[in-house]
Amino acid sequence: MKMLVRGLAASLFALSAGAALAQTTLLNASYDVARDVYKDYNPMFQKHWKATTGETLELKQSHGGSSKQVRAVADGLEADVVTMNQANDIEFLAEKGLVAKDWAKKFPNNASPYTSAMVFIVRKGNPKGIKDWSDLAAPGTQVILPHPKNTGNGRNTYLSAWAWALKQPGGNDAKAQEFLGRLLKNAPLFAAGGRDATTTFMQRKMGDALVTFESEAEMIAKEFGKGEFEVVYPSLTMQTEFPVAVVEKVVDKKGTRKQATAYLEYLWSKEGQENAAQNYLRPRDPELLKKYAHFFPPVKTFTVDEVFGGANKAFATHFKDGGSFDQVYVAK
Amino acid sequence: MKTNRVLPGFGLALGYTLVYLSLLILLPLGGMILKASDLGWSQIIDIALGERSLAAFRVTFTASLLAATVNGFFGLIVAWILVRYPFPGKRFVDALVDLPFALPTAVAGITLATIYAGNGWLGRFIEPLGFKVAYTPVGIVVALTFVTLPFVVRTLQPVIEDIEPEVEEAAATLGASRWQTFSRIVFPAIFPALLTGFALAFARAIGEFGSVIFIAGNIPLVSEIVPLLIISKLEQYDVLGATALAVVMLAISFVMLLGINGLQWWAANRHRNNEPLEVAAGKAKGGAA
Repeated sequence: MKMLVRGLAASLFALSAGAALAQTTLLNASYDVARDVYKDYNPMFQKHWKATTGETLELKQSHGGSSKQVRAVADGLEADVVTMNQANDIEFLAEKGLVAKDWAKKFPNNASPYTSAMVFIVRKGNPKGIKDWSDLAAPGTQVILPHPKNTGNGRNTYLSAWAWALKQPGGNDAKAQEFLGRLLKNAPLFAAGGRDATTTFMQRKMGDALVTFESEAEMIAKEFGKGEFEVVYPSLTMQTEFPVAVVEKVVDKKGTRKQATAYLEYLWSKEGQENAAQNYLRPRDPELLKKYAHFFPPVKTFTVDEVFGGANKAFATHFKDGGSFDQVYVAK
Repeated sequence: MKTNRVLPGFGLALGYTLVYLSLLILLPLGGMILKASDLGWSQIIDIALGERSLAAFRVTFTASLLAATVNGFFGLIVAWILVRYPFPGKRFVDALVDLPFALPTAVAGITLATIYAGNGWLGRFIEPLGFKVAYTPVGIVVALTFVTLPFVVRTLQPVIEDIEPEVEEAAATLGASRWQTFSRIVFPAIFPALLTGFALAFARAIGEFGSVIFIAGNIPLVSEIVPLLIISKLEQYDVLGATALAVVMLAISFVMLLGINGLQWWAANRHRNNEPLEVAAGKAKGGAA
């Protein structure tokens, strides 16, 4: 019995000990697959900060689905900075007054230090000859993607296909919706998330094409071998942004504004940009983009702001209940 | 309540029970219902009766009922064998039954999807026969059956242990056939526990999320479950809509569980008051004559 009580006390202590360290600490609330980026970036910034100010910073990471993370921050998770993969998640924090209303202007490049693009992964030799979005909607083709309503990855895919259809000769919203209807009929399932879609395509060998981030392609190569698949760049695709912001309310309370701002600014430094490139994310720095051109072939992209008038508007039109995605399935 | 007990402390224990249950169950549920009351009843009903929600409710409750039923049948067999027959490796099998409790449900879902996919260990044999399991509603039933197995087995085991084999022997000597011994002696004794196991499995299945989303396929109107729609609402920062769905789901579950409990009470009473074992055995004999 005594042992049991002691054990319980010890585990409670272990749970609470993490919160009780006195030192300047920054917490970065980030999206799920950003782990590798910030695992390398954090020590880099720690060294830089120590060298320029002499202060030792402790950097902590919290990872999870982008929207889940943002809800946690809104509910009181004391993150100094948020680094996300969807602008509408940061917009939500801005609406709640946790992040500056003009957060996108606080840093260069729409506050997105690096980008990626939505690409197709097809089987070795591209047996179905998949070249562009129209091929994904062709009868008899199976396409694997995560749930367009519930995952950022799936939404990017959906919007990419929509923008492509819009830009075809004579394209309009009605035609785009009809095109999406055909494309989605070719999806035998909607995966739970980006990695689940990858597993379904690569390991369970389902489908003829997988739509995912360009940065995921290299992850797949590491995991499943380079010769197993080919990357196809469609004629037009979305440039996906990874916006960052300082959580005003938290840094004011903790007195960490200076450190938090520097932490994000450093993402645009040579070191920060190179780290992004090494993690297969397109750096904003044109020189580095050239240096890593073998990872990043030229591709014609659009941004959500250009085609859909902002992330919030795109979300409201297409993914809210009753939006265009629902119309494809429910009560035409 | 005024009778003298060997162990004191009824008042204290009852107070503790009330506080404990309030903190753990009533407070969060109350908060949820309070949140939902921001919406009017008509709005809640509208959300629940949307075409996509209705389909999800149908999928969730049908799959949960099927999974609980499958476990009611096969779980009974597993429990019976584990109690009544000695066999090598029995303890190992007994421990296996608890594994679905311990395994993170997402792991279960991913593993099941891999096994039942077209190129999986089982999928490659059953798909050519025309049975698709992974990424269909059948997959949901499979995942729920896996996750809820322990509830039925663990509820039945102690009850089956309580039925002495002598009772079956007595029934047999009094002339009952094998089927009569089972249906009139053994089954009535375990039926209430079977219902409890069924109810537990059913309740657990309704709320299950982690394992299902990896094998369901999540196609709107076909294989979306209610918990996924709740996540979908949260993804839209529509907390109210999510709460409304949760409240409706809770209400339906509560009514169904209440029904099952009532059935169980009825079965237990019937068995206890009207048909003691001797009488049942006598009847069995009468039936045989």
